[in-house]
Amino acid sequence: MKIQIKVNGKIKTFEVEPDEYLVDTLRKHHYYSVKKGCDTSSCGVCTVLLDGKPIASCSYLSVKANGHAVTTVEAIEEEATYLAELFGKEGADQCGFCNPGLALTVYAMKKELANPTDEDIRDYLVGNLCRCSGYVSQHRAIKAYMEVRKL
Amino acid sequence: MKIKAYTMPNDLEEAYQLLQEEDAGIIAGGAWLKLLPKTLAPAIDLSGLKLDTINETEENYTIGSMVTLRQIETHGSLQTYMSGVLQEAISHIMGVPIRNIATIGGTVAGRYGFSDLLTPLLALKANLVFYKKGQMTLESFLKEPPKEKDILLEVIIKKEYGKANYTTVKKTANDFPILNVSVMKIGSHFRVAVGARPSVATLATKTMTYLNESKTLTEEVIEEAARIAVEEIKFGSNARGSKAYRAQLCKVLVERGIKEVAYENTN
Amino acid sequence: MKCVNHNTGSIDGKGLMLGRSAYTNDLADPNALTVKVLRSPHPHAKIRNIDIRKALLLEGVECVLTYKDFKRIPVTRAGQGYPEPSPHDKFVLDSVVRYVGDDVAIVAAETEAIASRALELIHVDYEILEPILDFEKAYENESIIHPEPEIHEMFPIGFEPQKNVAASYHMEIGSVDEILKHCDVTVSTSHYTQAQAHVMMEPHTANARLDFQDRLVIYSSTQTPFHARRIVSQALEIPMSRIRVIKPRIGGGFGGKQCLHGEFFVAAVTLKTKKPCKLVYTRKEVFESSYSRHPMRIDVTLGSTKDGKLKALDVKVLSDTGAYGEHALTVFMVAGAKTLPLYNKVEAVRFGGRVVYTNHTPGGAFRGYGAIQGNFAVESAVDQLCEKLGMDPIKFRQNNMIAEGETSPVFAKMGEGTEGTAMNMDSCKLDYCVNRGMELIGWKDKYPRKTISKTKVRSVGMCLAMQGSGIPYIDMGSAIIKLNDTGFYNLMVGATDIGQGSDTILAQIAAESLKTTIDKIIVYSSDSDLTPFDTGAYASSTTYVSGNAVKKAADQMLEMIVEEGAKALKVRPEDIHFDGDVLTVKETDTSMTLESLSNRLFYNEDQKQLVATHSYVGTKSPPPFMAGFAEVEVDLETGAFKVLDYVAVVDCGTTINPSLAKVQVEGGILQGLGMAMFEEVIYNKNGSLITNNLMNYRIPTRKEVTNIRVEFADSYEASGPYGAKSVGEIGIDTPPAVIANAIYNAIGVRINSLPITSEKVWAAIHSKEI
Repeated sequence: MKIQIKVNGKIKTFEVEPDEYLVDTLRKHHYYSVKKGCDTSSCGVCTVLLDGKPIASCSYLSVKANGHAVTTVEAIEEEATYLAELFGKEGADQCGFCNPGLALTVYAMKKELANPTDEDIRDYLVGNLCRCSGYVSQHRAIKAYMEVRKL
Repeated sequence: MKIKAYTMPNDLEEAYQLLQEEDAGIIAGGAWLKLLPKTLAPAIDLSGLKLDTINETEENYTIGSMVTLRQIETHGSLQTYMSGVLQEAISHIMGVPIRNIATIGGTVAGRYGFSDLLTPLLALKANLVFYKKGQMTLESFLKEPPKEKDILLEVIIKKEYGKANYTTVKKTANDFPILNVSVMKIGSHFRVAVGARPSVATLATKTMTYLNESKTLTEEVIEEAARIAVEEIKFGSNARGSKAYRAQLCKVLVERGIKEVAYENTN
Repeated sequence: MKCVNHNTGSIDGKGLMLGRSAYTNDLADPNALTVKVLRSPHPHAKIRNIDIRKALLLEGVECVLTYKDFKRIPVTRAGQGYPEPSPHDKFVLDSVVRYVGDDVAIVAAETEAIASRALELIHVDYEILEPILDFEKAYENESIIHPEPEIHEMFPIGFEPQKNVAASYHMEIGSVDEILKHCDVTVSTSHYTQAQAHVMMEPHTANARLDFQDRLVIYSSTQTPFHARRIVSQALEIPMSRIRVIKPRIGGGFGGKQCLHGEFFVAAVTLKTKKPCKLVYTRKEVFESSYSRHPMRIDVTLGSTKDGKLKALDVKVLSDTGAYGEHALTVFMVAGAKTLPLYNKVEAVRFGGRVVYTNHTPGGAFRGYGAIQGNFAVESAVDQLCEKLGMDPIKFRQNNMIAEGETSPVFAKMGEGTEGTAMNMDSCKLDYCVNRGMELIGWKDKYPRKTISKTKVRSVGMCLAMQGSGIPYIDMGSAIIKLNDTGFYNLMVGATDIGQGSDTILAQIAAESLKTTIDKIIVYSSDSDLTPFDTGAYASSTTYVSGNAVKKAADQMLEMIVEEGAKALKVRPEDIHFDGDVLTVKETDTSMTLESLSNRLFYNEDQKQLVATHSYVGTKSPPPFMAGFAEVEVDLETGAFKVLDYVAVVDCGTTINPSLAKVQVEGGILQGLGMAMFEEVIYNKNGSLITNNLMNYRIPTRKEVTNIRVEFADSYEASGPYGAKSVGEIGIDTPPAVIANAIYNAIGVRINSLPITSEKVWAAIHSKEI
């Protein structure tokens, strides 16, 4: 099937199978920042924004994205760079495989939540798993990001 | 799961007719599609039917079947309705990127035993509206879903005033529950629902009757109510927990749930 | 120091956050064939017949390979030094399958969908063999998992496949039985640990292609690119010179990638089809068909005087290596080698046991590598002994633990598969770690428990741990540094950054020696054609072993620069002062920048490429030490418990990058807590793994344990680069024993099998009540 998705502001036409998931369509077309980690919607590394909202692209049929806007981390480079700096200070970058998906979720959280508590931040990000960091360093960096980069 | 053909009708009747084909099935959010071991031909996406809004009147909340879980937990008044019990339950489901996909319709139609949301919805006495069949209670739908293929249009929650809670024990925060319990108190009436037994949520009707017939709510009465709940509800074992452990959790969570809604001021 | 012991951000953090192509799957040829593996549905079966005709007829299928396509060459997939201490018991494909998920056939097709369809079209006729699904029944079982005549050990490791024994070992120093007879108090315990899964976020991935010289190029998500090259060469009989293995960015390893997983398959497909191909494991394959931590039963007997002097230490291990013997001997030995020396004042110590084959997913390397299993058993038993003695467990440990300047005879006796290496503890701040940890957790006020309410109790628990820094006389790291025009450097290392930040800390070490900044050090790791040899990222070796190699190479480069500068400025080298940027003739105004010197060397005079290279192999393995403490709150009615606080005080010598070192420990602790509390491994009765996806196998999210506090002791290991020891594994070792001890202190019942779930805690409380 032919579908059209606005990816990072540019309209793209993709030929997809009806049971193809968005993560596969995006990777097939070289949007390699979108990772694939688990196949069961459990890990969050495949997160992209659909019309501005974070979704697990491994659990979203490509056909359903027809006519919608998808944002990958490349489109929020400035914000992600800032977050990367804060991660760097804390040693939180680690293997990096989950970071693009996490950056998008953090970015969406910042737009959605005004003054989140520690608990709010953890609740929002609970679906983004990381096996390297133990999360505490990430949390320090994300908290700093939420403080400084208020919209 | 495989999909042989995909369609997104703009007309309910058309969707309904398509659904009558042998291998036809509905896609709601699609978050749990992968768990389905079947092939859909065609897969009918309800996205074109404008079922994705929450309407609030003096009497009711009418939640379209394509409303996402995230919409419910962030909805102005539904968010805090009945002590915020729906928001509390939904906040335990996976993560935001999934809650932006999964819908209430998919949750109900899937009749998932592991659901966090069905338990408080049962306690809220939610009603379902189907395209052909019309209204039926969530309770009877969960007990025995209709055999005919139909389209769930909306979930109706009749507004009541009282206090409610949702409690669950899980291994990790984004895991499915080992067991969950929702207790409500409307006036002097109690409702108790127990889910993830591990089979689908159910109302503890005998427990409710016992509580509602008890004149005072002493520690002993609460303990007895929890005992009745454990006795009337069937539990099973799976990888998340044994039958015996679930019975224990049921006892504790029901007791605690009752105490919480009973001993504090109602709104 | 300007670079070392500073929190420079990771050199790759930004690029990875921005999603730049970096990982093996990102770098596959866009036209790569998709490789899929048909996997066994049976735990133990013989392939009577395998019919691939229908699959081959499917349009888009390029090749289907079965055991018939491979010469029977037994190898081990374990990425270890050569000759390996693991038995050569694996064929690329075999006519016998030995666990659910074992490799049956390989398919390569134009798309993933076609490859999946082709798998369904392969018909296999199996003769079911009797499986062994209980490792305590494997020894001398009638069913023999490895009867093949070709398989062998590389040197004596106690390999007895006819008895289902992959490896065995025994040692005794002094006479344990004699000493125990004279002990006032003894305890004997049994502990069980589970097959924890690594769950690195990036699944195992490999891709292959033939380059324009017709050489085989394999990109692999591996911790051991050089071992991968050697083993592929052996298994497929291709000269090593025809293979290039590139390790791009790796999305986590934890030991899970210290083994070959898909490399054989992509290599075979590309050699057969001459086309590029790639294989990405599904998460289910990662769980079922890679490997996990070796489950163990560990029996410990301790004997002491009544005033708390530990006199005898006896540890007996039964380890389950599953269907193949990767890392079988060494993981099992580390269970003793990295726990027994903690109590070096005993009069007798014994360690022994065997590693058996079963029809489960294989065991393999995993952060902690036996130490975490051994630590759980020994450090739980120590608390049990203290309970019997009526003695504070910290006081007991302080009286009996190893201290700076001391040694243990165990170091000389036990190595990893070989004899060990005697060494003194030239740096050991364990005493500080214990005292500081006590303070931070508030031990004096909180031990053993406080009742919070009728249903809630809080308690504390602790334990000690040690690990190593590489394997002496085996683990070798090397580095090449070259100077470029304008005066920046390339640092080429075989050491593999798998996400832990080793590229960054190696750059910091080089920058420190070269008196420059890390932006002037361009790190490349690792590529078997371009970078020098390194055994790989395992055994906590990178900071210490590879770090020493980098330091030596950088020191050498500095000398070369000074020498060339002296030539250019026409003075003697000893007259030159070099500050990293400028070479000055001492006590004069004559100077030259590094930039002009390097430009001169490239374009103008005395033209030459400056290259320094050095290697390092350890002559000892200085252990990092740690004391771990937790405060937990237990719900007495549900058994659910929370870790309110986890405190770690670590001695790893100098921290090259304090933030990265801290996160190594924090991440290790949470992974250890996963093993201690959540990560249940469940097989059904047919030998099929139920916990084979992330819905059923629960790793910690960011909500379970939010308060992990890590501090470092002020310590300096003279043999390490700038005083550093390694830190990759030590963090994971303490949680199982710490949690078991804390739960005991809360409820008075000891749970001796992992994970310690809320249900087990409830059952323990419940059984005490009735």
